[in-house]
Amino acid sequence: MSTTATRVIVTGEKSSRRSLLRRGRPEGPLARPGARGRAVRENLAGYGFLIPWLVGFFGLTLIPMAYSLYLSFTSYNIFSPPKWIGLDNYIRMFTNDPAFIQSAQITLVYVIVGTPITLAAALGVAMLLNYRDRGAAFFRSSFYAPSLIGGSVSVAIVWRAMFASDGPVDSGLSFFGIDLGGWVGNPALVLPMMILLHVWQFGATMVIFLAGLKQIPKELYEAAEMDGAGAWHRFRAVTLPMLSPVIFFNLLLGLIGAFQVFAAAYIISNGTGGPAGMTNFVTVYMYKRGFSDGQMGYAAAIAWVLLIVVAVIALILFRTQRSWVHYSGDNR
Amino acid sequence: MSSTSFGEPAIETLEHQLDTAPTTPRRRVKRKTWQTVIWFIVLIAVTAIVLYPLLWLFLSTFKPNSEFGQNPGLIPENPTFANYLKVADGIAGVPMWRFFLNSFIIAASSVVGVLISSSLAAYAFARIQFKGLGILFAAMIGTLLLPFHVVIIPQYILFNNLGWVDTFIPLILPKFLATEAFFVFLLVQFIRQMPRDMDEAARIDGAGHIRIFWSIMLPLIKPALITCSIFAFIWAWNDFLGPLLYLTSPENYPLPIALRLYNDASSGGADYGATVTASFVALLPVLLFFLVFQRFLVDGVATQGLKG
Repeated sequence: MSTTATRVIVTGEKSSRRSLLRRGRPEGPLARPGARGRAVRENLAGYGFLIPWLVGFFGLTLIPMAYSLYLSFTSYNIFSPPKWIGLDNYIRMFTNDPAFIQSAQITLVYVIVGTPITLAAALGVAMLLNYRDRGAAFFRSSFYAPSLIGGSVSVAIVWRAMFASDGPVDSGLSFFGIDLGGWVGNPALVLPMMILLHVWQFGATMVIFLAGLKQIPKELYEAAEMDGAGAWHRFRAVTLPMLSPVIFFNLLLGLIGAFQVFAAAYIISNGTGGPAGMTNFVTVYMYKRGFSDGQMGYAAAIAWVLLIVVAVIALILFRTQRSWVHYSGDNR
Repeated sequence: MSSTSFGEPAIETLEHQLDTAPTTPRRRVKRKTWQTVIWFIVLIAVTAIVLYPLLWLFLSTFKPNSEFGQNPGLIPENPTFANYLKVADGIAGVPMWRFFLNSFIIAASSVVGVLISSSLAAYAFARIQFKGLGILFAAMIGTLLLPFHVVIIPQYILFNNLGWVDTFIPLILPKFLATEAFFVFLLVQFIRQMPRDMDEAARIDGAGHIRIFWSIMLPLIKPALITCSIFAFIWAWNDFLGPLLYLTSPENYPLPIALRLYNDASSGGADYGATVTASFVALLPVLLFFLVFQRFLVDGVATQGLKG
């Protein structure tokens, strides 16, 4: 899961955003003397249409966030009232909880290794598909399918069976003389296996890349070719800069999405995060602490650390955007 | 599957080359043909790797239990339907149809909730100039990037206090409150592309926002509503964390949690055949959806940046 503004980003269309921010009332024939009454009616209509969203935003998102921040400074087990303990949860997390440190490490490895590989695979295949239109639609759909089902329990079960000892992957590798045994029970191989599952779902990212590639004007490539640019140079000088808004979008959502991997790790490890804690991603660890051990305050603190890490990454990406993301058709 | 044919790549590139190759056409045509052949071979290889797990899953449902661990290949040595019969009986004393029904109720209600709440919110964000629009829109975009885990504990406490644990309400109610910002955002983007002439004409004729929303906007954004419905259904169908948190008695389990029962039972070395078959059966509706609506889904992703 994840999403957003590709359309805005891909086409560089800023006008709609600008018109949204233009809050004044329209000039011209519509601005009549009764404008004041109209403004009131517009406000009423606006908030009327937004009632469900407002209830959800405040009731299920904003207030819960604040409450979870409060809980993160308490000791709370849902049966007795929360007890304020200040920063203890956070201090414990970083100084006295090796399981959390390991959990944070494997999550970071998963995100930092898995996301770029997925993006590279997606971009590579998208460029391959962009080479030719006829026949491409079939491949595009085939490659997209795993994205749709990748987060499901069914796929986690299949993955587990595929990488089991004497499963298809193990016996396939043995055929080439590589004897790794099962990946699922092996602490050294289970994280690579999870990353492979992530990369396998490159399809949605690829479809977005492909849509971006189709928007690059052919003349740019022709001009580059006239100037004697080779394939690699054309890729560096035309494809990458023209595609940078889409890369930015996919990178941002890819990183945020990867942090939230849960179902696959939970199913593959039977809810333990094993073997040896190597599938104990932050989300799994938080779930175990909060809902199996009843340490809701500690789990809330873990969730807030996750939120802060995600926010910092998003901030860094947005900050560095100016230096590497090029919006065409924009008078910047 | 796709309507695009695999045939005659050579002729097609040849025609293409006739327009574009000024010098030594024959040699370049030959090179282009080879490139196309290699293109197909590479992509077919990638397809084989990508779809292998799904094909393996399907064919493994016909393997008897004894073949798991013995026959890792695709083809069952002693094909049997026994797994399907076993799976139909269900697990934990609950028949399989019940898990399907639960999944269906949750997914279908989610679709209804998403459609109503998201289209209302999207119309307000895209077409009504009210005070506070800018900041609320920014807040909505912010929730797109928010990790869900930060709200699950307070939400759980809330629904627990309301006595709604072990009901479908905690899974369905948020959908009626537009908490999934993707859908709101997708519809906002779609509505913004619609020409304003029609609703401005209607406004001059004295129509209010409710009329414009109902009789002009909803029919216009039908394609986007269909895309939203498909994704809302599939995401609710596949959701694992929500039901894991809230549903405690087996007769309320949707398929993903039922699968977990199979999975946990099979880890003890018990019934791989049933586990694999139940996984496949649970995936079937999504795969059928995909086969029927694939162009719709993929185009939706391509234009709106909506991921699976």
